[in-house]
Amino acid sequence: MLEHVKHVILVLSGKGGVGKSTVSSQLALTLKENGFKVGLLDIDLCGPSIPYLLNLEGKDVHQSTEGWVPIYTDSSKSLAVMSIGFLLKSRNDAVIWRGPKKTAMIKQFLTDVHWEDLDYLIIDTPPGTSDEHITVMECMREVKCDGAIIVTTPQEVALEDVRKEVTFCKKTNIPIIGIVENMSGFVCPNCRECTNIFSSGGGKALAELVKSQLLGTLPIDPRVGVLAGTGRAVIKEIPDCTTALVFKEIVEQIVKK
Amino acid sequence: MSEKPENAPEHCPGTESQDAGKANACAGCPNQQICASGEAKGKDPGIELVKQRLVDVKNKLMILSGKGGVGKSSLTNLISRTFAHVNVNQNFGVLDIDICGPSQPRMFGVLGEQVHQSGSGWSPVFIEENLSLMSIGFLLDSPDDAIIWRGPKKNGMIRQFLSEVNWESLDYLIIDSPPGTSDEHLSVSTYISSCDGKFGAVLISTPQEVSLLDVRKQISFCKKMNIPIIGVIENMSTFICPKCTTESKIFPNNSKDVNSTEQMCKDMDVNFLGQIPLDPRLTRCCDEGKNFIIEHEDSPTVIVLKEIVAKIDKYFNA
Repeated sequence: MLEHVKHVILVLSGKGGVGKSTVSSQLALTLKENGFKVGLLDIDLCGPSIPYLLNLEGKDVHQSTEGWVPIYTDSSKSLAVMSIGFLLKSRNDAVIWRGPKKTAMIKQFLTDVHWEDLDYLIIDTPPGTSDEHITVMECMREVKCDGAIIVTTPQEVALEDVRKEVTFCKKTNIPIIGIVENMSGFVCPNCRECTNIFSSGGGKALAELVKSQLLGTLPIDPRVGVLAGTGRAVIKEIPDCTTALVFKEIVEQIVKK
Repeated sequence: MSEKPENAPEHCPGTESQDAGKANACAGCPNQQICASGEAKGKDPGIELVKQRLVDVKNKLMILSGKGGVGKSSLTNLISRTFAHVNVNQNFGVLDIDICGPSQPRMFGVLGEQVHQSGSGWSPVFIEENLSLMSIGFLLDSPDDAIIWRGPKKNGMIRQFLSEVNWESLDYLIIDSPPGTSDEHLSVSTYISSCDGKFGAVLISTPQEVSLLDVRKQISFCKKMNIPIIGVIENMSTFICPKCTTESKIFPNNSKDVNSTEQMCKDMDVNFLGQIPLDPRLTRCCDEGKNFIIEHEDSPTVIVLKEIVAKIDKYFNA
């Protein structure tokens, strides 16, 4: 399983809608911009966001003698993507599956996709601590997994769920690379006043509580929001914005390891 | 409650699946005919237990969204508080079936409360005289405890919540759900749809396409499962700067539609119930477990909420 993949990184959060898929896709794009060969596997079966975020909707996955051929973002073939979204007939189709079927699908994703040689494989996950997560963690025992990046938003309600995910990582012996706090504050485009819509400081508090490092704090930036669906890298499009700087730093830290 | 017999073929879709008896793997299975006839589905004794337990619950409202973090729990909380506030003579119950990430105990300010078991079942935790809550959060020892369960165990828990909580008589049971279209949703809708009384779902979205994408899937799910959709609420629509009152679209939709959620509702032929703006005071109330409806009565959010609740009430009393 995943013999030709040098590093595997999971992107996790107990909470939904905190930006796991956005962080996963921008992380993959930033690594790609740094010259690495990257794979991005989306194991959110009921709500796959990666095909839309990377502007790959409607692409078809082909079967070759060596397995499923992932979708490449461009002709350089340096970012390969796999998601259940590529297997659905319509983007409105719901995947109404109970656990056992989800488990079988994820195992297939991990064993049957022909990734070729990869420097990094990023795995984007759904919220929770259930079938998808248990399956991927079980598979990670056979593969060298670098660890997990935990994404959270600052408010208590989110942190509560994310703490459960940290417990999950500890129980399953997955090292935590660090915590990313998303949606930290919003700077009014008119008066530059920063409002902490979803509270503030939660990522730092969580990092201290679980004795991990805070990898970075991402503000709410509608300019970054607009990039969703284009497949463009923040570090290339808006290189001076905070988000770009944070991703640059995260990648530096990951590469150092 | 195993949904997969022990002697099942390797890729058995499960006896409760829509594909039961019809999938490729079913060919040659001795149980294929029973599954295909739908008989195996009806065998769950839980359905009758739930039906009996909820006999005095008039209306069942499910809050759904394919997408996580769009405000299902916040809106479950606000809708039920608004209901209880406006209709003081009616009784309301909230059931939190988000097993892996229960948020209601915190939002209702009853974190750390215990549920008691009596001869007539589990007693829910009372928030107001006419509003009670049940959540797995009450059964955990520490906030760090993770529920690491696969589907069948979650389903068992949901069945227990529906069949063993002593709600007494309720005008509304409001059910908060996790994101997705999987075990929890299949179980709860199967149980609830077999009960007497009215039943419907309110879906929550935020304006971005990445959220609408999952909400469309949820609409497809509801249509497939015959869950009546009351309508869709757009949450986090705009943000008004507290300093200069400039309105910003924090979570923009890239399409040209002025109101992306309303347009999606037209495309999918469902009702649009209204827009709720972002209000930092609401985040704080949710974190601190305070009643936003009372603390910030003048907020535009409360006014919109009352309108939405009236629309929901109208659906159930039509």
